[in-house]
Amino acid sequence: MRIALHALPWLVAIGAYFAMPEQLPLLSAIAIAALFALSLDLLVGYAGFVTLGHAAFFGLGAYVAGILGQQGWGEPISGLLIAAAVAALLGLVTAPLVLRAGELAGLMVTLGLGLMLYEAANKAAFLTGGADGLQGVEIWPVFGAFRFDLWGRTAYLYSLAVLFVLFLLAQLLVRSPFGLSLRAIRENPKRAAAIGIPVKRRLAAAYVIAAAYAGVAGALLAQTTQFASLDALSFQRSAEGLLMLVLGGLGTLYGALIGAAAFTIAHHTLSEASPQFWQFWLGIALVALALLGRGGLMGALRRMTRR
Amino acid sequence: MTAFLSVLLDGFASGMLLFVLSVGLSVTLGLMNVVNLAHGAFGMVGGYVCVVLLNRMGVPFPLALAGATVAAGVLGLVLERTLYVRLYRRDHLEQVLFSIGLVFVLGAAVDWFMGARQQLIQLPDWLSGRVEFWGVGLGRYRIFLIAVCGALVAALHLGLVRTRFGAQLRAAVDDGVVARGMGLPVPRLFALTFTLGSALAGLGGALGVEVLGLDPTFPLKYMVYFLIVVAVGGTNTVIGPFVAALLLGIVDVLGKYYVPEVGAFIIYTAMVVLLLARPHGLLKRADA
Repeated sequence: MRIALHALPWLVAIGAYFAMPEQLPLLSAIAIAALFALSLDLLVGYAGFVTLGHAAFFGLGAYVAGILGQQGWGEPISGLLIAAAVAALLGLVTAPLVLRAGELAGLMVTLGLGLMLYEAANKAAFLTGGADGLQGVEIWPVFGAFRFDLWGRTAYLYSLAVLFVLFLLAQLLVRSPFGLSLRAIRENPKRAAAIGIPVKRRLAAAYVIAAAYAGVAGALLAQTTQFASLDALSFQRSAEGLLMLVLGGLGTLYGALIGAAAFTIAHHTLSEASPQFWQFWLGIALVALALLGRGGLMGALRRMTRR
Repeated sequence: MTAFLSVLLDGFASGMLLFVLSVGLSVTLGLMNVVNLAHGAFGMVGGYVCVVLLNRMGVPFPLALAGATVAAGVLGLVLERTLYVRLYRRDHLEQVLFSIGLVFVLGAAVDWFMGARQQLIQLPDWLSGRVEFWGVGLGRYRIFLIAVCGALVAALHLGLVRTRFGAQLRAAVDDGVVARGMGLPVPRLFALTFTLGSALAGLGGALGVEVLGLDPTFPLKYMVYFLIVVAVGGTNTVIGPFVAALLLGIVDVLGKYYVPEVGAFIIYTAMVVLLLARPHGLLKRADA
């Protein structure tokens, strides 16, 4: 029974590949959004550390993978790894700054760092293409065999596979003593310190891991769309990531997946009607979720199954 | 030299505006420890009310300013009593989500009714044009801004230092628990301050249409500026945020004028550096 439940989202994801061949770009977008939400979940949901600038790592990953592809190294897997490493490095450098400042000021520092990176990418047009985005990205076939085709078949299966592997890794991580210590810090940092958990070091480690995950998500976006733009670094993206997470359910890995899927599908349907319409309902959803409390979709599911 | 003086005066005027826009935030953040990223939305609402009154109904400019102030204040009071009041005891993530959501809703509503373009207003004759002082040309509107905002700074400072309300407010910001224990009506103080802060933001937004511009992205575009003013200025004085806002306005305008290729990067860097150097400017109670 449990195994069936765990397999369900992945069976749905594979089923969608056959059922909706004309919607593959949307499905890829969901997989990438899910990876981004997963990375935020590790930091916000498990470690309880709120950030407003997580798009910095997503965008950095996108630009690293994109620039690699543009400059003649289009091998996708190593591109992902390099993007993850660079994003993790940025996380490692900024973690002490963010953690030093204290809770509320730390929140503002993440916001400021995100905006700094956005503005830097905007002004460094020789490297990033500025407001026009990064043109001429070429990505080689995955494993030298599967080309990125026009319909997005390879893009979707590739994104889904990466998401699956990193999801399993995240599951190992949150069940490990390390993951448990993060939860202890979230529940009560003072007591966590009192029982011997090195709070700042653990938070820094969670920050770096989340940065690497977000970097991979950004790199996936750049590789599958063969394009990177300032959009990947925007404040909007950080806010949307938080919304996906809260929509799906904070601190549950499946919540990140469900939230990302629900969010992306809602975005796709509503913004077809009109962009203001989408923004309005997005705002209403944020306000309602903030006022009505956490659980999200996972919480609702749990309440339903318990009965 | 004269060009430099003009630019400096522009910076001075926009710093004054930033102060009026953000002073309410510095008090509410310090008083109730609420991360309110939606503060700029009150400025935006004030700006649009002013534009509608002035351009569509032909109301004189001073009355349009008053209308903007009242409208933003009423909106602030209603939102505080109905929604914000539920968030005081929640954690920062929920406050962040709530206030971002509010920005999106108000931005989308404004976009729907007024369109996404920049709004322009026609200033009355007595405020347009320039006057010469010893060879330095100063815009009349800039002088008007500096006079109005200067009067506000003085009034707020005296109000906070000299009146009973001000003393209660300072006590509540310093230590809310003790203030409550002494019988101060802290929730009512907060509602009043929130209303006043929103009204001031509305006035700032209305005054700023000509200087800062106005479109539905206004709250997000200037969010960082407000946060810097609060972070640097501290929460328990009027003078702190005032000095911070002036510095910010001057650095921003000088930067945009003389080194446009760096753009807003200077401001964001300044924010991060100042937050790291003075993390407790943001929240004075953290010192205790």
